[in-house]
Amino acid sequence: MRKFKRFFAAVAAVTLVAVSLAGCGNSASKETEAAAEASSDAAAGGVLKIGGIGPTTGGAAVYGQAVKNAAELAVKEINAAGGINGMQIEFQFEDDEHDAEKSVNAYNSLKDWGMQVLMGTVTSTPCTAVVEKTHEDNMFQLTPSGSAVDSIKYDNAFRVCFSDPNQGAASAKYIGENKLATKVAVIYNSSDVYSSGIYEKFAAEAENQDFEIVSAEAFTEDSKTDFSVQLQKAKDAGADMVFLPIYYTEASLILTQANSMGYAPTFFGCDGLDGILAVENFDTSLAEGVMLLTPFAADADDELTKNFVAAYKEAYGDTPNQFAADSYDAIYIIKAAAEQAGVTADMSVSDICDAMKTAMTEITLDGLTGTGMTWTADGEPDKAPKAVIIKDGVYTAM
Amino acid sequence: MKKMKINKTTKNNLITYGMVLAVYLLVELFIAGGKVSSLMQGLLVPLCVYVILAVSLNLVVGILGELSLGHAGFMCVGAFSSAFFSKCMNGVMPDGLRFFCALLIGAAVAALFGFIIGIPVLRLKGDYLAIVTLAFGEIIKNLINVFFIGRDADGFHFSMKDSISLKLQEGGEIIMNGPQGINGTPHDSTFTIGIILVLLTLFIVLNLVHSRDGRAIMSIRDNRIAAESVGINITKYKLMAFIISAALAGTAGVLYAHNLATLTALPKNFGYNQSIMILVFVVLGGIGNIRGSVIAAVVLTLLPELLRGLNDYRMLIYAIVLIVMMLLNWSPKALELRERYSPKRLLAKRKEAKEAK
Amino acid sequence: MSFVSYLINGISLGSVYAIIALGYTMVYGIAKMLNFAHGDIIMVGGYIALTAMNAWGVNPILAVVLAVIFCTILGVVIERVAYRPLRKAASPLAVLITAIGVSYLLQNVALLIFGADTKSFTSVVSVPSLVLAGGSLIISGETIVTIVACMVIMICLTLFINKTKAGQAMLAVSEDKGAAQLMGINVNGTIALTFAIGSALAAIAAVLLCSAYPSLTPYTGAMPGIKAFVAAVFGGIGSVPGALIGGLLLGVIEILGKAYISSQMADAIVFAVLIIVLLVKPTGLLGKQIQEKV
Repeated sequence: MRKFKRFFAAVAAVTLVAVSLAGCGNSASKETEAAAEASSDAAAGGVLKIGGIGPTTGGAAVYGQAVKNAAELAVKEINAAGGINGMQIEFQFEDDEHDAEKSVNAYNSLKDWGMQVLMGTVTSTPCTAVVEKTHEDNMFQLTPSGSAVDSIKYDNAFRVCFSDPNQGAASAKYIGENKLATKVAVIYNSSDVYSSGIYEKFAAEAENQDFEIVSAEAFTEDSKTDFSVQLQKAKDAGADMVFLPIYYTEASLILTQANSMGYAPTFFGCDGLDGILAVENFDTSLAEGVMLLTPFAADADDELTKNFVAAYKEAYGDTPNQFAADSYDAIYIIKAAAEQAGVTADMSVSDICDAMKTAMTEITLDGLTGTGMTWTADGEPDKAPKAVIIKDGVYTAM
Repeated sequence: MKKMKINKTTKNNLITYGMVLAVYLLVELFIAGGKVSSLMQGLLVPLCVYVILAVSLNLVVGILGELSLGHAGFMCVGAFSSAFFSKCMNGVMPDGLRFFCALLIGAAVAALFGFIIGIPVLRLKGDYLAIVTLAFGEIIKNLINVFFIGRDADGFHFSMKDSISLKLQEGGEIIMNGPQGINGTPHDSTFTIGIILVLLTLFIVLNLVHSRDGRAIMSIRDNRIAAESVGINITKYKLMAFIISAALAGTAGVLYAHNLATLTALPKNFGYNQSIMILVFVVLGGIGNIRGSVIAAVVLTLLPELLRGLNDYRMLIYAIVLIVMMLLNWSPKALELRERYSPKRLLAKRKEAKEAK
Repeated sequence: MSFVSYLINGISLGSVYAIIALGYTMVYGIAKMLNFAHGDIIMVGGYIALTAMNAWGVNPILAVVLAVIFCTILGVVIERVAYRPLRKAASPLAVLITAIGVSYLLQNVALLIFGADTKSFTSVVSVPSLVLAGGSLIISGETIVTIVACMVIMICLTLFINKTKAGQAMLAVSEDKGAAQLMGINVNGTIALTFAIGSALAAIAAVLLCSAYPSLTPYTGAMPGIKAFVAAVFGGIGSVPGALIGGLLLGVIEILGKAYISSQMADAIVFAVLIIVLLVKPTGLLGKQIQEKV
């Protein structure tokens, strides 16, 4: 009993500290809120509250942070240019540690804050959990990068990126139609929804194409440092192309290890490979000749991309990846749909959603990740993937 | 004297049950009054999950005295087996009955795994046992990620490679899709069910602890050889503690699985990190102290959510609070200081102790 | 030929595990605690070496030395602030949980300072690759250096423990703290020294790990840390040659399991072998049997 009292005393003390800290945080955000409200009242259109969810800590933090940064950049630009229909945007981003349960907590926390539109979540598994909640509340949801099929299974949810099956099939078709290879090896992350989703559709589509999958080797979240076995198998099977439906972090390791074992096939990847040239300190000569299907390349020379990359670099010090581009587009898509639907700040969450989901099928947008993007009612974007090849250390259109 | 003692135990247990019930009534009252934020409402079921996990782990760590780092593995088994059942039976059985069966299945399958893992427990001690339980947890997580199960007109198909090799016919449905897990589990968990399960867990564990069997288990903890010499069947009691603990963790898994629409075995939710997190609840709440586990689980689950206002510094502060709490609760010096001064002066004196550091 | 190649890759991976496991096992042998933050000290070592080489333009050897010095200090400070107050705590679990807290702390501090993006590590090894059997077998310079470093460390450590006064003091403290104190050994100093050596080894492991597998994030250390813990238990925790054997075996099993059984189940295979070994030899391959007394 004494022990319990001691414990309780400590808990009480800590809880007090915690609550007061949380209190500080809240009051701080309230102040900025008040400030924003004041300035927007001047603009006389009210405030539209957009929430964002993604991992900003934990192993997937790099994706969440990119989305958060780019979204804040877009919000700043839109607000400076007069907002949406005269409404200023207020943006709040919550961490979900790439965990479905934490993601639902983050969503509830944003609801308490007064979110009217959700831009998230960044990763697929949490997105599938959160879409149930937005469906219940009838809240408009636009995910920049949740690519699993179930991530947008209700009519209130849309996405900016391609779905996994879409990418897998498109990659297989592209390789087959352009006769890029005859024997293909695949290295994928079997513990990742994105990677295994693409691989499955790739393998299914490959049967209809003119090439053969000679080896398909997986790795998992817990053993993603050594790829010598997977590469050796690809080499032994005589593969002249290695398909990498994975993120660039692991891909940079695979390229290094292939190089040190003297294996030089063509590497082909999806949008997850974008960003490989921006890995700090990475020897870009290793990525020479790597092909990827991606809607965004940071080195593209159109005005929009150039401005975005410059602004992002200035604000955050590094080159934006595809997640950042998806997120930047997502905010502008919300803007376009809200303007199309004539959303006003005093509309209820459910009314906004109903208006926006009709508007989504009517808008056409030129963004970083595609020109003339349109959406179907099931939430999928309609845009063409661009194939790029890395030549002399930069992405070049093929 | 003897009567007094029994009364004290009963009283203590009643306080624990009363605490849980009071919290439940308060929360329900506040919800009815619309005073509870969405964040808190969303946290209610997870809180029940973690309380059950902490209490059940305390049975192994505190009462049996063995260190287990694979508790999340039992939760994982319970979650996946019950979600699989619910997905298959959704629409076939009435919802209430289906969820009840799912609970039983989750608990039973987890208990079976508890039995399998209990066997090496009999041979190993201390840190070696800890690593074996950790290994079992990781194996379970890894295996779940390579299971592909589908269903079509021909019945069930099973593969350990990928979903293509299931060769499902047109109209077939993939139930368990390897790393993509089980999607679309019906949402059955409610706070009321959670609280009932928490009370049930407390009832089982508290009764066990204060029973003849419980005293036998504790005698193994305190001195194995002495216990054996007075004729206590060590194998039986160790297995008993392990299996009950696993079954309860499985129940928590069922609650977890039916609270979210998606169930995947990631390192974050079913890996050793989660097991360690549950161990943190147990140690911070007081090893062997059931009520302490309940409180610690609640406080430590709420803490990172309450810290959301701190944004980027959230997890950093959480880590510091964890270290400081451990030092204050367990360091002999800090304890000595607290013993020396009366509780009234405790807060003032602690400040001094901190400054002295 | 691919078998030989797998084997060499396994030994290379295993050597890194072995160096990390040495740090684990030394700390365990003397302080009787599982230092879960050990893996994160590796991560810190990696970032220090990388920053030294890239931002300050220090040459690789000096960068390694800087990383070793920094990690040594960090290890001693952590021991003093977070672990020593709990050494006499009622339950050994208290210090284990604190170690987990320290692990979270290091990860989150690194996240705030260095950011979440992956950094590619410049290899500090300038040894050329060895090409054998007409090009069908290539052993990279990193592999050679890792294996050699592992052997050298292992020999030095054994000599240090057996031939020096400080080493003998460590053995005495690990046998019986109370008796060692009565013999005039500075127990606190000896434990601090152990943490210093363990952390210095972590820094070396960091550089070798990141040279062979050049990617660095705030979470890089966690998984190798756990694998090394497994390796240490495998070989018999507390035993220096046990850590080496455990590390090497773990690396080889992981690679061969991936190659010949299933690349999806590499972890399950490693852990299954561990369980089997522990069932046959309950205190690991080279662990001491402890007689229980009433």
